Amino acid sequence: MIYWDHAASTPPYEEVIRTLTEVMNKHYGNPSSIHQLGGNAVKLITRAREVCASALQVKSSEIVFTSGATEGNNLAIKGAALQYMGRGKHLITTTVEHASVYESFLQLQQWGFEVTFLPVDSHGCVTIESITASIRKDTILVSIMHVNNEMGAIQPIETIGTEIKRCNSRTLFHVDGVQGFGKLPVDLNRWCVDLYTLSAHKFRGPKGTGILYVREGLKLTPLLTGGSQEFGLRAGTENTPHFVAMAKAMRMASVRQTSFTKDVSILRDRIHGIIRDIQGLHLHSHESGAPHIVHFSYPGMKSEVLMHTLELQGMLVSTRSACSSKHTKPSRVLLAMGLSNEEASSGIRISLGDSHTEEDVSQLEHALRSAVEELRPLLEKGRNGR
Amino acid sequence: MMIYDMLLLRFGEFILKGKNRRRFENSVFLHVKSVLEPFPLVELRNEFGRIYVYLNGETANEPIQALKKVFGIASISPVIVCKSELDDILGTSYRYVEELNLQKSTTFKVSARRVWKKFAHSSHEMNHHVGSKLLKNFEMLDVSMKHPELELRVEIRETETYIFFEVISAVGGFPRGSNGKAMLLLSGGIDSPVAAWSSMRRGLTTECVHFYSYPFTSQLAKEKVIDLAKVLSGYAGEIKLHLVPFTEVQTSFTGQGQDKLIITLMRRSMLRIAALLAEREGALAIVTGDSLGQVASQTLSSMNAIGRATELPLLRPLIMMDKNEIISIAKDIGTYDLSIQPYEDCCTLFVPDSPATKPNLRIVESIERSITNLNDMILDAVERTETMVLTPNGDGSTKVDSPVEEDWF
Repeated sequence: MIYWDHAASTPPYEEVIRTLTEVMNKHYGNPSSIHQLGGNAVKLITRAREVCASALQVKSSEIVFTSGATEGNNLAIKGAALQYMGRGKHLITTTVEHASVYESFLQLQQWGFEVTFLPVDSHGCVTIESITASIRKDTILVSIMHVNNEMGAIQPIETIGTEIKRCNSRTLFHVDGVQGFGKLPVDLNRWCVDLYTLSAHKFRGPKGTGILYVREGLKLTPLLTGGSQEFGLRAGTENTPHFVAMAKAMRMASVRQTSFTKDVSILRDRIHGIIRDIQGLHLHSHESGAPHIVHFSYPGMKSEVLMHTLELQGMLVSTRSACSSKHTKPSRVLLAMGLSNEEASSGIRISLGDSHTEEDVSQLEHALRSAVEELRPLLEKGRNGR
Repeated sequence: MMIYDMLLLRFGEFILKGKNRRRFENSVFLHVKSVLEPFPLVELRNEFGRIYVYLNGETANEPIQALKKVFGIASISPVIVCKSELDDILGTSYRYVEELNLQKSTTFKVSARRVWKKFAHSSHEMNHHVGSKLLKNFEMLDVSMKHPELELRVEIRETETYIFFEVISAVGGFPRGSNGKAMLLLSGGIDSPVAAWSSMRRGLTTECVHFYSYPFTSQLAKEKVIDLAKVLSGYAGEIKLHLVPFTEVQTSFTGQGQDKLIITLMRRSMLRIAALLAEREGALAIVTGDSLGQVASQTLSSMNAIGRATELPLLRPLIMMDKNEIISIAKDIGTYDLSIQPYEDCCTLFVPDSPATKPNLRIVESIERSITNLNDMILDAVERTETMVLTPNGDGSTKVDSPVEEDWF
């Protein structure tokens, strides 16, 4: 079996699993307890925060630990919107965001906020002009993802950030960085980012934990109230072992980012070539996109069928963003990127990690070619019968 | 953003101190060198009354933040360096002002200084040359000789010329360790670390003394003090911390039927212990974080009754400061967040509901006489005092059983 679904989740590093087990074993104390075991847990969390902050080159006090990106995105968007609604009630995002961002905005819309959803071009990118044209005096937040999870499109975050601040210095900028960290360089200060979401299991850390970077001086309305953990932004007993293990993964991912980009791009380019070469497949991802995401479709063939055919040959790929795989409608994101209904319902995503080799790609090629061979007669039969 | 070539550091008041000057300058130089260790590209040059920090490509901002904390440095100017040639000086001045991107009308003047007398134009001529070049090119500039908003300084030396306008004030004071040694009572609260920093800024070497009363205080309270001392060691280079077991002395004061005087009695014993440690360590004073009237033990009457327990001079750097000023320094020097951690220290235990604000010295002294073994307990506490030396980058080795295993991260 070869796992080609790293954009959905990644295998944790062995070191991460070891850290997780050891810390879980030794440091089960509640960080809020004032005995020694509690105090020790506080120290571990403090150190974890420092390590995460240094991987992002920000201050420790700007790192809020969360249960993952869904919570991070919800807290960033709703927390900022509710906190700053006195300044205005206009928000901007794109049509290709992850569900945890998109649905948060839909909810805010119901609560009386005005939301502008920006379209994207055929490469999946928003245009700077559309952003600058939408920013108003009462725009309090812009939320744009770094790398799109379905197609791998990279948004020009640095230009977007600078332009937002030029148009309205009080408009906050949130970036869902889940698919970008560890894959591409990240520079929050240069990008003028105020809020930045990460999820540990996308960079070989444990599931159920993540980070929200909150620029110093910024306030958010907490969504979970109770204790005063995480600077009062997120009540609930801290998940010490997960935070420490995430810090480990984050340090490893940030150290390896440059080689990840280089090595994985080479494999990605080879897979692109293979897909272009197979008759009937439409390649949708671009060389200019993220190094680890390939997207293509086999128009006429429902994605599940191709996916399962590949699975029988030991190749695990994805039909859509994992969080919405169980829906039957074609992907909202792919349609927004200009794919036809037929293409969108036959889309397949292959996503890579730094553990993949040239040999893996050769096996993938073999599986792809034979799967398409196997399915083609069905497709033609279907067409003729229509 | 402006790219600077060099930082010019000016020394503070100690420069006046005749014979000691060289020793003081060397001490500051070493301090500067140690805070600039994280910036491998920088090079340092020491000259009369100044230190030049050549950035060699490092950005100026972070080194400036670090240097602002170095005791003995009065001010810092980020400088652009050019050749000592008229055209280069004019061109560089022009580019400098252009980079400032002035939006509104601004008054300015040029203060040229020809240090290298062989340079063809006098200081006065240079003021004129540079000034007219800028006036011609930047509409928003107006000359004001008396109160200019922008004073462009041009220092012409034989090898190169320095151009700058900003003078960023730094912490000032005396080089570290240049004014003798004192013992400081470090409680773990907000005030005493600020008192320590203020003393160190005045060139005093401070050794910290902390009293703990296990099991009435937790191990965490002690560790918090160790962490505070570690932060302070960032300013001092290294800090000696004496941890005094105080349980016996403290509990001997309970049950005397004089609960209102307990704080007075405790503070007097602390001073006696600190004085004995001072004698052992060769320190000549005791520093406290007292601020007049802040709590019962810091009223004038209390300070009078407490202070008589020692003959050493008692230095109280915060005595006339308001709490808000103290808090703001604590935040600046990075001790505040540690200080507000909620672990009880030995002063907050056994505190009566209404401690005496006007303790009667005669009653205090008679209670002390009635505890016959008080002196022995004090000597015993000194005997059992643990001493540790803390450095800013010291690893867990100073700490017993740090839970943080670096391997996990």
